[in-house]
Amino acid sequence: MFKKFSPSADIAGQTPVKSSVQRAIRAAVLSQWKIEPETLEAIWPKKEGLVHVKCREHVSIYTVHGEPIIIQHFDGPYYPTLRLVHKYPYILPKVGVDRGAIRFLLAGAPMMCPGLTSKGGYLPPADAALPAGAPVVIHAEGKEHAVGIGVTKMGTEDMRRINKDVGVELITYLGDELWALKSL
Amino acid sequence: MPSKKNQAPTTPAPAADEPDGPPPPEPVPPVQVLYCAVCSYPPEYCEFGSSLTKCKEWIKETHPDLYEKYYSEDALTSKVGTLSLEAQAKLEKEAAKKEAKAEAKADAALKKKLASQVTIKRIERNKRKHVTSIHGLEAFGVDLKKAAKQFSSKFATGASVTKDVQGRDEIVVQGDVSYEIVEMIEAEAGVLKGIPPDKVDVVEEKKKKGGD
Repeated sequence: MFKKFSPSADIAGQTPVKSSVQRAIRAAVLSQWKIEPETLEAIWPKKEGLVHVKCREHVSIYTVHGEPIIIQHFDGPYYPTLRLVHKYPYILPKVGVDRGAIRFLLAGAPMMCPGLTSKGGYLPPADAALPAGAPVVIHAEGKEHAVGIGVTKMGTEDMRRINKDVGVELITYLGDELWALKSL
Repeated sequence: MPSKKNQAPTTPAPAADEPDGPPPPEPVPPVQVLYCAVCSYPPEYCEFGSSLTKCKEWIKETHPDLYEKYYSEDALTSKVGTLSLEAQAKLEKEAAKKEAKAEAKADAALKKKLASQVTIKRIERNKRKHVTSIHGLEAFGVDLKKAAKQFSSKFATGASVTKDVQGRDEIVVQGDVSYEIVEMIEAEAGVLKGIPPDKVDVVEEKKKKGGD
């Protein structure tokens, strides 16, 4: 989504968010992410207004003090930015890819199932299986920090069974142009 | 009465285990992540970046313990892990290639910067009325919007960032201010910093006569 992203060409406008909408976003984020209200409060204090940065193709970025925090595509789920995930790694369920896949991931390719199901990969156990379309944090084999944020293309159990094609699509990853932007 | 007294201490007892019913809301402190100053990745991902040798130097100087962790012999052998030797060799080769590519790119960018020129053009608009257009400021790291704003407030005229016919960005200032702008660049006023005066070129463009 952010492989190519330049602030001058891709941002249509920045507007402060209405407080009623902010309330709705806060509630949605609390229900979608595994995060305590207090921690969210520390990231995004109630007093500080959220700024909505509108980008092309229905991509919205929400920033606090110019720092991107939340990404949303159209009406879809809210995704944290990678820098936020580095600070709070537990807010989304995680999947892992093996070492061979890191190179492709850093080039912005979607993650194929074999990379997730192989020995170096990681998928949530069957009792915590994820459905298709769930936001996930992508970790890499042997690495401490997350390497990308993605969305599952099929359920995790299906990934194990079919073991073919795209498993997780990338939203943002280490080294993309959103990563390069520390503030908007 | 005594029964009530007995009850009274029992009810706060479990609450004492969990102070004040719900635990005091404490924000979870964020994980402090170190980012490489060279490639901006967390240092464990430097090996996938395009400036591994520079990253290595940086981390060796600033965080020798981490250098030990990521680049010592046994770290390297354990890293190979699930990958076959062949694949590992291929990966390394690719990384080296990528690095060389990135370096060449940086060199080209630097060369381009050295070769780039700022062109200040006086365009005749209407016999004795002119506009001044400035090209090539962005190559010197000048924010065009800010520069335009600075010109407009300095000369009290309109100044805007537009695209010319070739699609390059230029600043158009109303009025003939070409020599004033040269002076400003020499004096490094405001955002116009770091532009060598010998790279500045002043040209004039006359309107073609319609009768010819």
